[in-house]
Amino acid sequence: MEQAIIIEKGILILAVFAITMLFAMYATLAERKIAAWIQDRRGPNRAGPGGILQPLADGLKLFAKEEFMPNTPNTFLFVLGPFISMTMALMTSAVLPWGDSLVIGGKTIILQATDINVAMLYVFAVLSVSVYGVMIGGWASNNKYSLISAMRVASQMISYEVAMGLSIVALLMMHSSMSLREIAANQHEMNWNVFYQPLGFFIFLICSFAETNRTPFDLAECEQELIGGYHTEYSSMRMGFFLFAEYAAMFISSALISVLYFGAYNYPGMTWAAENWGANTANIIGIFVLFGKICFFIFLYMWVRWTIPRFRYDQLMNLGWKTLIPLAVLNIIVTAIVLLLTH
Amino acid sequence: MSFENKSLSGRKKLVSNKEMTLGERMYLGAIAGGMATTLKHLFKKKVTINYPEETRPFSPVYRGRHMLMRDDEGRERCTACGLCAVSCPAEAITMKAAERKPGEEHLYREEKYAEIYEINMLRCIYCGLCEEACPKQAIYLTKSKQIVHANTSRESFIFGKEQLVMPLEQAIRNSEKSE
Repeated sequence: MEQAIIIEKGILILAVFAITMLFAMYATLAERKIAAWIQDRRGPNRAGPGGILQPLADGLKLFAKEEFMPNTPNTFLFVLGPFISMTMALMTSAVLPWGDSLVIGGKTIILQATDINVAMLYVFAVLSVSVYGVMIGGWASNNKYSLISAMRVASQMISYEVAMGLSIVALLMMHSSMSLREIAANQHEMNWNVFYQPLGFFIFLICSFAETNRTPFDLAECEQELIGGYHTEYSSMRMGFFLFAEYAAMFISSALISVLYFGAYNYPGMTWAAENWGANTANIIGIFVLFGKICFFIFLYMWVRWTIPRFRYDQLMNLGWKTLIPLAVLNIIVTAIVLLLTH
Repeated sequence: MSFENKSLSGRKKLVSNKEMTLGERMYLGAIAGGMATTLKHLFKKKVTINYPEETRPFSPVYRGRHMLMRDDEGRERCTACGLCAVSCPAEAITMKAAERKPGEEHLYREEKYAEIYEINMLRCIYCGLCEEACPKQAIYLTKSKQIVHANTSRESFIFGKEQLVMPLEQAIRNSEKSE
């Protein structure tokens, strides 16, 4: 029994890891393609049919580059930075439910690496630690641009984490649970949270953009003023890790948005599918539905990146502290009143 | 309409510094509009041409590399009169005339011919005035899509008779076709 669980979870973790990596890899290609299409260009189409091998070529190029080390007293921290970024970007995926469950040979397999009852707290803890990768990397680079960028990341993350946490509080009040699995299960059929918490969803979405350092909140790596920001001094695969972590974080945060607000693996007609085609088939469809939602949100990230220009630093802070936090608090109050009245 | 607000193009707009309303200050409508614009471009026809596989069509009046023509019997038409050099606005053409010797009648059509005929391809602007000036219909700007190749030496861009005169095989083919 013990061994079976270890094997089952091991396979699940490997699969989740591989899928995250694959998505992050092809997100780089998708980003370049969508950027090109929005600008009426064609995008990379030389490596393989339609440019399908471009991520491999990019990775190979990064591996072949010289490992440059700046003149810094903190070589250990310099190496540590990208690794923290990468590890933290991947850790959140442990608590995300990728599907309901599958029955194979009389055994029920829950499609989740681990179902802990404080999953939401865990996600926020990991998110908070992930700032350190960028901060340590920027600080150890011994470069003023990297340092400015690191400071910006730190303050931006702290500011937006507050609003993000507050927007989640309303959700927790609705479901009275912190387990992502229960939150997902409560959104059966079309009972998606986004219909009950549109404002909360909106705040969470904006904060996700800020947390993943994506445009219009990419002040940390603005090319024009900070020549790349915290990864200015990085080269080779360390640089690759930073960039890759950004895309992995984007995938994970898309998954988080889908699970929290867009009904996770739930889709309209799932009860009917389970009755007519069997629970397993319905749940496998659910997995694909979840990945479809994730792909949409990754697309949204890229779509927004090529539409909206970057915020100025004071605008960013104003939006975070003076707009999003009061709105999130208002959202909590309204939710509480409605919950009190209906129960 | 007052005179100040008149606009010939119909697109003149007066700048106003009016206070934005709450809806405008939220920028949500503006953002949605921007997203719609970028989404439209996502499905637009791409302007890029996949160069080695596709090529842009040339204009019907395209003028390419020069060629010194031969007549039906394969003799050079040019008599080195120098009108092309005079007409050339870029002063790209130089030539040196020579007298045809007895026994060279199969090579040159008239008694005088160009011993040296050079066009500096760095100076040439492909205007086609040499073609218009030529009384013997000896020089033409072809439709050849072959472009003068890049090189690091200036001398290599001075094309002599060996690059300019129509190859004999082509003259033979042409005369066969006309028969």
